[in-house]
Amino acid sequence: MINPRTSSWSWTFAGRAAGLALALWPPLIGAQEGMQLIHSERSQYRQVLVYEYTDLRCLCFTRYCTIGRQSCIDRRAPDRLVFEYTQMMLGALYLQPDPHDVLVIGLGGGTLPRTLEKLLPQSQIDVVEIDPAVVRVAQQYFSFQADARVHVTVEDGRAYVRRLLRSGGKRYQLIMLDAYEREYIPEHMLTREFLSEVKSLLTPDGIVAANTFSSSRLYQNESVTYRAVFGPFYNLKSNNRVILAANGALPTLDEATRNSRSFSAAFRGLGFTPQSVLALFSTRVDWNQKARVLTDQYSPANLLNGRGT
Amino acid sequence: MYRTLLYLIAGWSGYYVMGIELLGGRLLAPYFGSSIYVWGAIITVFMLALSIGYLCGGRASLHAPSLERLAIILVAAAALTLPILLYGDALLDRVSGAIGDPRFGSLTAAMALFFAPTLVSGMVSPYAVRLLVADLRATGAGAGKLYFISTFGSAAGTLLTSFYLVLYLEVNQILLLMCAVSMAVGALVWLRPSRLRAEAGRLNADAP
Repeated sequence: MINPRTSSWSWTFAGRAAGLALALWPPLIGAQEGMQLIHSERSQYRQVLVYEYTDLRCLCFTRYCTIGRQSCIDRRAPDRLVFEYTQMMLGALYLQPDPHDVLVIGLGGGTLPRTLEKLLPQSQIDVVEIDPAVVRVAQQYFSFQADARVHVTVEDGRAYVRRLLRSGGKRYQLIMLDAYEREYIPEHMLTREFLSEVKSLLTPDGIVAANTFSSSRLYQNESVTYRAVFGPFYNLKSNNRVILAANGALPTLDEATRNSRSFSAAFRGLGFTPQSVLALFSTRVDWNQKARVLTDQYSPANLLNGRGT
Repeated sequence: MYRTLLYLIAGWSGYYVMGIELLGGRLLAPYFGSSIYVWGAIITVFMLALSIGYLCGGRASLHAPSLERLAIILVAAAALTLPILLYGDALLDRVSGAIGDPRFGSLTAAMALFFAPTLVSGMVSPYAVRLLVADLRATGAGAGKLYFISTFGSAAGTLLTSFYLVLYLEVNQILLLMCAVSMAVGALVWLRPSRLRAEAGRLNADAP
């Protein structure tokens, strides 16, 4: 499975527009076609890089974004959602159109919280990000701004969830998991126990949306693990995979369709139509149901990812 | 055979320490995350425990050292690992609840779970060197070879655990398996044929 963070699709597309050779290996394209490095720092966890290319400004964790882009903004249209997966994540609003409290795990360039803040004027948005450098870069280069309605905590996502559960206070109508990358999946955040903790942190009508990077063999394990915790869920597959699951009964497709209409105008402003995401909603079981459930005791997500089925 | 057993014990002990260290990260992650300081806490505890273990192992070797006693050290390290399996989750839950700062939370938890078995594992190498001295009389070369095997064992333990074992077994199953191997090696020493005991006795008698 290919996904926008990892594929060279739009770089190649831009290359075509520039009339240059196609199908070059991405680093060559980057090196030859003037991807401009505008920021680079070594954080506690990784290299944090910001590149500019045509109208795009992208956050990457590898040189020339060879293993993918974490987040991109269109400098001419900063509201436009460059990645399809962000659009798919917003499909969660069809299942929970008016979340008061939202939790986003994994900040990246801050596109999701920035967009949610605009879409949901009544909501409080909490963000957890493990890497303080990513928070700084999102603020400095991706016009992400923490304010009265958007609160950022620098902490490991799972530690945050456990801490909040223990304190017994806040519960969320919507939790977005955006902490996975193709080159590295935090394995303790893809287990039955973690998803159960996330489920406990949801209100009865709460929804979880996960942008996952599973391919081949991990796809099977991930699917049975979500199924074990949440039961049936909506599986949105395009270049990426987004899972939308509910704490209670999964809202029907009719309900989702009805809710989607109220976002028509807003989503068009972000560069897509609600129907394009709705068309991806599927409850079809297309994985091996006998695959092994991932647990805290058995969680080789990165070893499984990218392996043959 | 006597020397082979010595090397086997040293190599296995090296494997054992790194196997537990790697899985230790797994055990702590659900409670403290996998931030850089969680690994920092784990590595600190292992280094501290090993350093003190070396001291203790050297001390222990002064009094009537024998292969049998070395085997007891190995089995003791395995026995001290069992509480991780039995009480690990309960302890991690309590510590993470009691200590808000995840740095000192993970340090405390790692100390409680891994310090004792790692300290005892650390005793193995210096103790084995003492037994080799009686055997070889070439202290430097013997110690060098022993540390080679012990650290090579550590490398093997790191690689096999992180590349392969976690793909097939649960964390606790791997820990149990490692305990079982330690027990088996200990039993091998105690149950070995009397001919080999005689060999060891001769070697020790030759020692200066």
